[in-house]
Amino acid sequence: MVSNGSHGHQPRRTSRSNHGRAESARHESANTSRAAGDTDFVTTVIPSDFAASRELQHRIIQQVIHHGYSERNLFAIKLALEEAMINAIKHGNKLDMKKKVRVDYAVTPQHVELIIEDEGPGFHREQVPDPTSEENLCKCSGRGILLIEAYMSKVEYSKGGRRVRMIKFNQADTPSAHG
Amino acid sequence: MPETPALVTVTRVKDTDIVEFTQSKILDEGNISEIGNILNDLVDQRPNPVILLDFSNVDHLSSAALGMLINANSRLRKKNGQLRLTSIKPQIFEVFVITKLNKLFRIYANRDEAMESFT
Repeated sequence: MVSNGSHGHQPRRTSRSNHGRAESARHESANTSRAAGDTDFVTTVIPSDFAASRELQHRIIQQVIHHGYSERNLFAIKLALEEAMINAIKHGNKLDMKKKVRVDYAVTPQHVELIIEDEGPGFHREQVPDPTSEENLCKCSGRGILLIEAYMSKVEYSKGGRRVRMIKFNQADTPSAHG
Repeated sequence: MPETPALVTVTRVKDTDIVEFTQSKILDEGNISEIGNILNDLVDQRPNPVILLDFSNVDHLSSAALGMLINANSRLRKKNGQLRLTSIKPQIFEVFVITKLNKLFRIYANRDEAMESFT
């Protein structure tokens, strides 16, 4: 039903500085190239499709596992990645298969960096109601962002909220992240 | 034999429906929606639903799953029902703490304690 013949699953490597010009890599590419930089980023563009997302998430998590992150850090990264991908596909692109999600990721023994960008209208972080306040506790939104921010070491939004950049440092188990 | 594994098993013990999540991940949107339907049916079937959710097998869940639990809880409260959560692994419990949903739900360490808590 959602088959679109996409060729967007192939990753390509870009340098750290490249993710500043997302538009230049918005086309789907099967090319893999490695450029000089502090950290190698792998860029993947997928359609707004949960199955494609699941596959990409699995690939990223395998790399994290490969680098020997603790169970706790692994849980944090899995959760944040899941929430960010759902946000991009569902809330950003509104499940529109014509819209893409671009993911740049770098996994090193020291840190994991994930940059996820959708083609939706964006959002204003400060306008998302606090889901932990008494009056919002029974509402069903805002928790994804809360969890991302609680579990990741660093989270930044840009491009009007269409892009989220998050980093998890591979520290020995960090103190629990309470919001 | 079913083609796809069941998402939950439901066992009636006295007046309590014990719902055990069978999968380690509650992430997939379709699965979450299906579990939500099962819980809603349990709530709708009875005048004062009494439900125990067993998380023994659960290693991962998403905010969408939390939303589904909140919906089920709201529906159940409208019918003066009782809901308890049990056997939540520490890393999942932390998710409840961060979202402060440990204040919304009544969470017990094990089934026996949860069963005793029903009034």
